[in-house]
Amino acid sequence: MEKTLRKDPAKKIGSAIAVCLIAALYIFLFLLDNVLPANSFTLMLIPVLKKGAIYSLICVSMNLLNGFTGLFSLGQAGFMLLGAYAYAVFAIPAEQHPAVYQYFDGGAIGFSIPEALGKLLGENAGAFVGSILCIIIAGIVAAAFAALIGIPVLRLKSDYLAIATLGFAEIIRAVFQWNSLGPVTNGSNMLRKYTSFSAIKIGSVKLATVFPFLIAMICIGIIVLLINSSYGRAFKAVRDDEVAAEAMGISLFKHKMLSFVISSFFAGVGGALLAMYQTTIQASAFKSAMTYEILLIVVIGGIGSISGSCIASFLYIACNEWWLRFLDSGSFFGISVPFFRDGFRKVVFSVIIMVIVLFFSRGIMGDKELSFAGLVRKFQKKSAAGTAKGGAQK
Amino acid sequence: MAAFFQANLPYLLSGISVGGQYALIAIGYTMVYGILRLINFAHGDVFMVAGLVMVYASASMPIYLSIPLVIVVTVALGFLIERVAYKPLRTAPRMSVMISAIGVSYLLQNCALYFTGGLPQMYPAIPWFSNSVTIGSATTKIVTLVTPVLVLALIVILELFIQKTKIGMAMRAVSRDFETSQLMGIKINSVISMTFVIGCFLAAIGSLLYFTNYPSVVPTSGAMPGLKAFVAAVFGGIGSIPGAVIGAFIIGICENIIKGLGSNWTVFSDAFTFVLLIVILLVKPTGIFGEKATDKV
Amino acid sequence: MSDKNIVLHVENVTMQFGGVIAVNNLSLDVPEGQIVALIGPNGAGKTTAFNCITGVYEPTNGLVEFCGLPMVRNFPRGKMKKQYQGENADKYIHDPAIAPSPDKITELGIARTFQNIRLWKSMTVFDNVLTAKHMRAKQNVFSATFRTNAKEERRMREETEALLAEQDLLQYKDELATSLPYGLQRRLEIARALATEPKLLLLDEPAAGMNPQETQELGAFIQQIRDEYNLTVFLIEHHMDLVMKISDYIYVIDFGSEIAQGVPAEVQNNQRVIDAYLGVSEE
Repeated sequence: MEKTLRKDPAKKIGSAIAVCLIAALYIFLFLLDNVLPANSFTLMLIPVLKKGAIYSLICVSMNLLNGFTGLFSLGQAGFMLLGAYAYAVFAIPAEQHPAVYQYFDGGAIGFSIPEALGKLLGENAGAFVGSILCIIIAGIVAAAFAALIGIPVLRLKSDYLAIATLGFAEIIRAVFQWNSLGPVTNGSNMLRKYTSFSAIKIGSVKLATVFPFLIAMICIGIIVLLINSSYGRAFKAVRDDEVAAEAMGISLFKHKMLSFVISSFFAGVGGALLAMYQTTIQASAFKSAMTYEILLIVVIGGIGSISGSCIASFLYIACNEWWLRFLDSGSFFGISVPFFRDGFRKVVFSVIIMVIVLFFSRGIMGDKELSFAGLVRKFQKKSAAGTAKGGAQK
Repeated sequence: MAAFFQANLPYLLSGISVGGQYALIAIGYTMVYGILRLINFAHGDVFMVAGLVMVYASASMPIYLSIPLVIVVTVALGFLIERVAYKPLRTAPRMSVMISAIGVSYLLQNCALYFTGGLPQMYPAIPWFSNSVTIGSATTKIVTLVTPVLVLALIVILELFIQKTKIGMAMRAVSRDFETSQLMGIKINSVISMTFVIGCFLAAIGSLLYFTNYPSVVPTSGAMPGLKAFVAAVFGGIGSIPGAVIGAFIIGICENIIKGLGSNWTVFSDAFTFVLLIVILLVKPTGIFGEKATDKV
Repeated sequence: MSDKNIVLHVENVTMQFGGVIAVNNLSLDVPEGQIVALIGPNGAGKTTAFNCITGVYEPTNGLVEFCGLPMVRNFPRGKMKKQYQGENADKYIHDPAIAPSPDKITELGIARTFQNIRLWKSMTVFDNVLTAKHMRAKQNVFSATFRTNAKEERRMREETEALLAEQDLLQYKDELATSLPYGLQRRLEIARALATEPKLLLLDEPAAGMNPQETQELGAFIQQIRDEYNLTVFLIEHHMDLVMKISDYIYVIDFGSEIAQGVPAEVQNNQRVIDAYLGVSEE
């Protein structure tokens, strides 16, 4: 099987194209960080790219659960919150603690991982390794909570599961705003001054945009590997028919739990990246509306398609933060339009989403994946058909 | 006990009142779920829209005109949502319909954001309703006392409607078995529309009562009461109207007593509802009055 | 029939739903290497009996042994204590109840098919069988994700290919399972069950919806896989020709209770069986 795949020329060309495109992307991102001048274009582009990469990861993690395992969970915002807080709490430098935790006597935690590593490895390397470490901790915290929550919740069926996970996300949000946990979570006040993307550099080379792409790509890569493994097939079996899956020896609880925990791990990582991107976080922002937004992106991309989720994330973020901004600004190419005012963009957006949900329910990609090998094959077929036609005419 | 009662009387009173308001929303959830097996995520936002319509209507017309207008607009909105967003998906998987409901919720909130410009809208004082009264140690608005009475009266009427009328019978049949009732010649679409109309009518009344107790309406005002009312419906056994009402009163009272415990605990008044939800789902997943459904293998 | 090893031993199994007894005090034995059939009119409780054996339902009372070891055991508990209307309520009360989930039972070596085909509909024929191999694969989620044990994956794929070839399904391997014609879907479901490496195969109406030609082929096919894979087969079936032709032993139930048992010739001439079928059903 493997061998026959390797011989397939379309696959070879396809993967070569993919590698080239990824390399080109990273070179571009690197140039964007270091060489290209800051103008109005790059000032819009860079945040969109960063946030798009982060949302891709979060949406793919939700897709793993909702699209590939068939578990309709609405707890994503809760796990992102856990990740964001776990990251921020360990990444605020000690000297900033009195300022950040001003209502809680400088907080209960007296150290910061990037700072501690900075002393060992030098400042830049410390920030780099330390933030990665904190991101991993963020994932683990979210995964551990998911494991705890999963024990009771995963026994529930479809919509009950949805509402229970939504409920857990709300409980987590309340707990993080609780004053008694203030020394760690800063109560309902925001956490800030932790290591953000701008601190990520090697020597004098800035990696502020490369970094989120790198982390998101590695994580999505792992999810793709998982989905294409024996476990991924078992997840799909659970999604397609639980009764049959169980009868074929696939433990429902074990596999639902695995999917839930892994999805939450990456949601936690996504939350940590979002914290780095925003430079400040506050528990009150992680409302169920955030989960809905992510779910809608997944739907736009196609439930059950990883590449669909990524494409939809970038499209959504670009439209939301950049391309459709003019709808809020009151004018269109200099012509003033009276109903183009604050919030109109969101209205247009939600109408587009409803149209997609109602009329194009398969989203951009359906459950297919974007594959360069497939494109190459299509191209080959077309040219082959062309020559065949030519042959017939003779 | 007496001391606890004395100290908590204001919270208890507002708990009963809020509980009654949740009950009116919860009935909309539970009836829709009973018939379509759909969590109508947009129902809370319909409730919010009812509040906003009241704000705008009362600014330009007298209160005795604006109240009927609120009810008519809300009912029309519910009808429209069902026809546009749920009816085309009748044969689609349940997840798609739920996503559609989330999409409608998103749309309503964003439209509200656009129209209000993101500013909180002052809710008008309804004459007599908003007047203060003093009972024992507590001072409260008349609406607090009216709510439970009104709620109970509406529920009795609703129960009579469902038990005695022909369309009520059709509703019960459809909630038992969707497909068979269709085969028996029940006009499924009109039954579903009727369910939405009743649910939204009650939500409109609920919003009149609810927002009278609050200074203003914002686009996200409906989300939390909506979720809580849904939890109440689940708690009582989804599909069961008395269950939803009892669940709503329990949630309303508990959450207000938690508010009375002190400022450190206030953040949990919302979270508590969900703790209750998870406990009930684990102990008795079908709720207090729910019936068990079995899958055929 | 006692000179052979008993693979499946069902003893006093009763399944009561609320006030309805679906299976009433059913006892039967399936000896190694044989094909045993469970027949009865529609609604007699055959599939419920299957579901009690495979862990889909927890029987209200009774014992199921697999290869001499107790696998499922229960006595009327909780609400059922009062409601129970069956027999032998005290027989198993002193032993702890055992109720493994269906996947545990499959792991012990019992595989099944379903009355209304339950293939994984988004997967190809190949993936349907490959996924059934997941249970026996020596791997964990890390080794599978990071491909550190590629040998195992290759082995699974090769075995799947071999299994499909044996079942004459190899030419369809990249097609969606649900796009196959009905008869082939049934065969694929059997192939998928075989991929879990069972000792005992439970077939729930394998010939349902097949024409006489297909039914005849199916009979030969069941005998052939029994021999090739050293299986014991326990099946529910309505096609009497098929049952009489391939079964070594037959149990007949009606309204949840056994009404007859014996080799095909005995059952065929049993008056109660004839009454049950002619009196109630249209067959």
